[in-house]
Amino acid sequence: MTALIEVDGISKSYGSVLAVRDVSTVVNAGEVTCVLGDNGAGKSTLIKILAGVHQHDSGRFLVNGNEVRFTSPREALDAGIATVYQDLAVVPLMSVWRNFFLGSEPTVGVGPLQRLDRKRGKEIARTALADLGIDLRDVEQPVGTLSGGERQCVAIARAIHFGAKVLILDEPTAALGVKQSGVVLRYVAQARDRGLGVVLITHNPHHAFPVGNRFLILKRGASLGSFEKSEITLEELTRQMAGGAELEALAHELREVESAS
Amino acid sequence: MTTVDKPVDERVAQNHLATRLVVRPEIGALIGALVVFLFFSIVTDKFLTMGGVATWLDDSATLGIMAVAVAMLMIGGEFDLSAGVMTASTALVTAIFATQVGLNVWLALLLSLVFALGVGALNGWLVVRTGLPSFIVTLGTFLALQGLNLGVTRLVTDSVQVSGMRRADGYASTGFVFASTFDIGDTSFRISIIWWVGFAALAAYVLVRTKFGNWIFAVGGSAPSARAVGVPVARTKILLFMTTAAAAWLVGSINILRYTTAQANEGIGLEFQYIIAAVIGGCLLTGGFGSAVGAAIGALIFGMARQGIVFANWDSDWFMLFLGIMLLGAVLVNNTFRRRAERVRR
Repeated sequence: MTALIEVDGISKSYGSVLAVRDVSTVVNAGEVTCVLGDNGAGKSTLIKILAGVHQHDSGRFLVNGNEVRFTSPREALDAGIATVYQDLAVVPLMSVWRNFFLGSEPTVGVGPLQRLDRKRGKEIARTALADLGIDLRDVEQPVGTLSGGERQCVAIARAIHFGAKVLILDEPTAALGVKQSGVVLRYVAQARDRGLGVVLITHNPHHAFPVGNRFLILKRGASLGSFEKSEITLEELTRQMAGGAELEALAHELREVESAS
Repeated sequence: MTTVDKPVDERVAQNHLATRLVVRPEIGALIGALVVFLFFSIVTDKFLTMGGVATWLDDSATLGIMAVAVAMLMIGGEFDLSAGVMTASTALVTAIFATQVGLNVWLALLLSLVFALGVGALNGWLVVRTGLPSFIVTLGTFLALQGLNLGVTRLVTDSVQVSGMRRADGYASTGFVFASTFDIGDTSFRISIIWWVGFAALAAYVLVRTKFGNWIFAVGGSAPSARAVGVPVARTKILLFMTTAAAAWLVGSINILRYTTAQANEGIGLEFQYIIAAVIGGCLLTGGFGSAVGAAIGALIFGMARQGIVFANWDSDWFMLFLGIMLLGAVLVNNTFRRRAERVRR
């Protein structure tokens, strides 16, 4: 089986700053690839390359086995790669169904008489959300009145509805409480079970581990490795994430400071 | 805690009529308009006569055309401070081409429209290209146009006005389209009222019923989100600036054909009246929310109050007090709404 997305030794620099260095991983259909790392580890740069916002400088980026180089987010979307950004998922003041169709509005009529098909739009949005288990009473309500988790879910449902094969989620749980995070992770699992390839960016190993099939750990732009779930434990993942050896060195230093005083 | 065995959805409570109405941006303006209308109908004798109605509708009309265009732009998240001066610039361009160059008025109007669309596109391009606040960019165009209006007019005519439209070719037919009157009973109403109502209806349709309208709300509500789902943000904003400029051209054309003389220093300060009318009509200063019909009603309140104060024989100074109170009230109402809509539950 060809991977939906494969990146092989990909690098990207902004001027003299090497943001991502020689990173490789794969995203398969029906699997979740988690990208973990601290702030500034290169997570955002990597997903921006996948999403078509930036282009890589070297390495190979393959979609369905074909090498690609996206020049715009629209191109990535057309290739079936949809990205849900943490704070950019929705327009809060617009209604749920208008957000759902934003950028791909259903219309009737031709030429200058073309207008929104509001009835069909509302109906499709309601059904698509219900399919993911999100039961909204009123798709006319502004998205701003939904909870943070529900907003992410509207964005996820939208991506799935518009034929995304790969769903990239940028820190979907970062701003959410424990309960809302659970809600979002459940939809991540649903998307995976529907056969989508999911890329989950997070800095929380406790959110990544239960749903992930593969874990790519980044640190200062470089890859600490791409592990299958069978190859790593939650403890090891947490240790690697937290800086592993560095954290131990820090603990050692702190002990020395304490004993000196 | 209430019991949950009733089949009633606990979320229905959010759906009261009041909540629904508050979501309609024009409701506040509509109530305000009714209050102003009733007030002046009672305190003055002339307000509710046919002649009175024609007077305040006339005052509201050209302001209303601009308020509707500015409202669309504000929903799209931008301001245009050059809109007021633009109404004078377009009138001057038309007048100079028709009276000094000797072109047919239709052709002069066309050239003036091209000029307006060019300035609008420049405004939009500068804003999306530089990422600077449109407040500053269009303040620049405002000053530049103000200077151009006076400078060019003085160069061409040696005075600060261009007159003599009546003698130009095509004055009669263009005048019929832009500056004629129509009678209801014995009273003449200005044709600009038709333009105002028509433009507001068209804008309302575009905003709520078309794809482009959806994009306008999106780029104003959150441009990065809109961009992320493939909405052409730059194109949408540039088109909105061009729409505002085109509306200024329409108002400029109505004025030049009605008064047949264009003053080079006209239009200054009007841009704030447009923004005020749009805000009274329910537009948020931060973009992403508002209504074309609301802005048209905002302009109506403006016209009714301005003429009502004249009918009541009050000093026109009171108009400013009234305006200030209306504006503050509207901003408070709008702000409350935004907080409701953007409140994040976690």
